[in-house]
Amino acid sequence: MLQQLGPDARLLAGGHSLLPMMKLRLATPAHVIDIDALAGELGYIRVATVTTSGTPELRIGAMTRHRDLLESKLLAEKLTIFTDAERVIADPVVRNRGTIGGALCQADPSEDLSAVCSAVGATMVIRGLDAERVLEMPEFHLGPYRTAVGPAEMLVEIRIPLSGQQGSAYEKVDRRAGDWAVAAAGASIQLGGRRIEQAGIALAAVGADITSTEAEQLLLGERPSDALLSTAARTAAQYTRPVTDQRGSAEYKRHVVSVLVERALHTAIARALGDGT
Amino acid sequence: MLVTVSVNDREYTRELEPRMLLVHFLRDELGLTGTHWGCDTSNCGVCVVLMDGDPVKSCTVLAATAEGHQIRTVEGLELGAVLDPVQEGFAEEHGVQCGFCTPGMLMTARALLDRQLARVEADSQVVERLTDDEIREAISGQICRCTGYTTIVRSIRWAEEHSRRQEGDRDGIAIEG
Repeated sequence: MLQQLGPDARLLAGGHSLLPMMKLRLATPAHVIDIDALAGELGYIRVATVTTSGTPELRIGAMTRHRDLLESKLLAEKLTIFTDAERVIADPVVRNRGTIGGALCQADPSEDLSAVCSAVGATMVIRGLDAERVLEMPEFHLGPYRTAVGPAEMLVEIRIPLSGQQGSAYEKVDRRAGDWAVAAAGASIQLGGRRIEQAGIALAAVGADITSTEAEQLLLGERPSDALLSTAARTAAQYTRPVTDQRGSAEYKRHVVSVLVERALHTAIARALGDGT
Repeated sequence: MLVTVSVNDREYTRELEPRMLLVHFLRDELGLTGTHWGCDTSNCGVCVVLMDGDPVKSCTVLAATAEGHQIRTVEGLELGAVLDPVQEGFAEEHGVQCGFCTPGMLMTARALLDRQLARVEADSQVVERLTDDEIREAISGQICRCTGYTTIVRSIRWAEEHSRRQEGDRDGIAIEG
C-alpha cells in the first residue's frame, strides 16, 4: 500500500506522535495506514542467540508498546536503560498505546528512546516490499523528525547486541511528571576485566548529535574512576548545542547534561559489575 | 468510511470521516457525553476510556482504530442501577469537586483495580495492598485542578478495600493488608 500511495501516506502505529502532529497541521498525510493490527505480530521482546554477527542480540518488535518495555523482566535484567527511560516517558495511559517504532520514526529531538538506542548501539531493521536493510542508529536517525526510512518502507525491529559484563542507565530531568526532557542522558558500558571495552553515551533534548563520540572515546580502554567519569561527563556537556527555551537556559541545560552523564555512567558501571542496582 | 465499534458491550456501526477521533465518536455520534473532551493533546486525561481493559486517551485514538476492540466508557461502570465500587468510592471519599476530570479518573481507577484483582486471582494466597505511590502513578497521566489528588487517592483506596471485601466474601480469598 505504501508503494501505491507514495510519500503522501503515513503509517499510524500507536498514534501518539502522528495524531498530535496532524492536529497541529505539522503532518498532513493524504492517507493514513493504521497498522494497529500488527501489534501482535510486531509486539515482542526476545533474545536471539543465532545472529549474523555471532553475538547474541535482544530483539524488540517495532509495535512493542511503552508499557511492555517498562514491564519487561528481560529488559530490566539485561538492558536496564530501557526500564529507567520508560519510567519517565509520558504517563502510564499514553504508554498503553505509544510504540517504540513510532517513537523512533517520529525522531523528536527530545525523544528518549532514540538516545537509549544510540547508547546501546542498537541497529534498526527496515523492511520494504522486497528487501530488508539493517542500519546503525547514526544512519537511521538523520536529524530532528528525519529518519532513513523511505516512503515505501517501515521499521520492523530493533536489535541490541548483548554481552556479559554490560550495564546501562538513563537519567532525565523534566519540569513536570511525564513532560519532555529538559535534558536527558543514557549510558551503556561493557567491561572486560576491569577496563571499559565499549562505551555508549547518548543525549536527548540538547541539540547535539545524539551520540557523544568525544566522551565515549575518553573512556575506551580505561579503568573506571570518579575522575575519569567526571571528565567524560564534562566533555559530553561541552559538545552539546542546547537552546534557551521555556524549559531552561542553554547554560543550565549544559550543566544538567554533565550531572546526568556522570550519574548515568556511575550507575551503568555499577550494574556492569553486577551489584544489582 | 463504515466503522463498527463495540462500546459497553454493544456494537455501533456508523459512517464516519476517517479522521474522526474516538472521543468525538463517543460524544457526538453515540451521545455518550460522560467521556469528557479536554486538552485534545493527550495531557489532561479527562477523555480516558478503556480499550480491551487498558486505559487510553480517546482524543489520541482514531475511531477507526477502535474497530475490533472492546471500548468501555464511564456509562458502562454502573450495572443494573448498581454503582461500581469506584463510583461509590468517589462519592464516599469526596473524590469529586467540579467533576470534569472524574470520568477519566474513574476509568483509570477501574483498570487499576481490575489488574489488582487479576493478581489476587493468579496468586490467591496473599496479595499486597496497592500503595499510595502505585495509585498516584496510575493516575499520573491525568490532571485534577480541584482536589489536590488526596481525596482521589482515598476514593480509589476505598474502592479497593470494598471490592476486596466483596471478592473475599464471594471466593473466600485470604487477604492481608
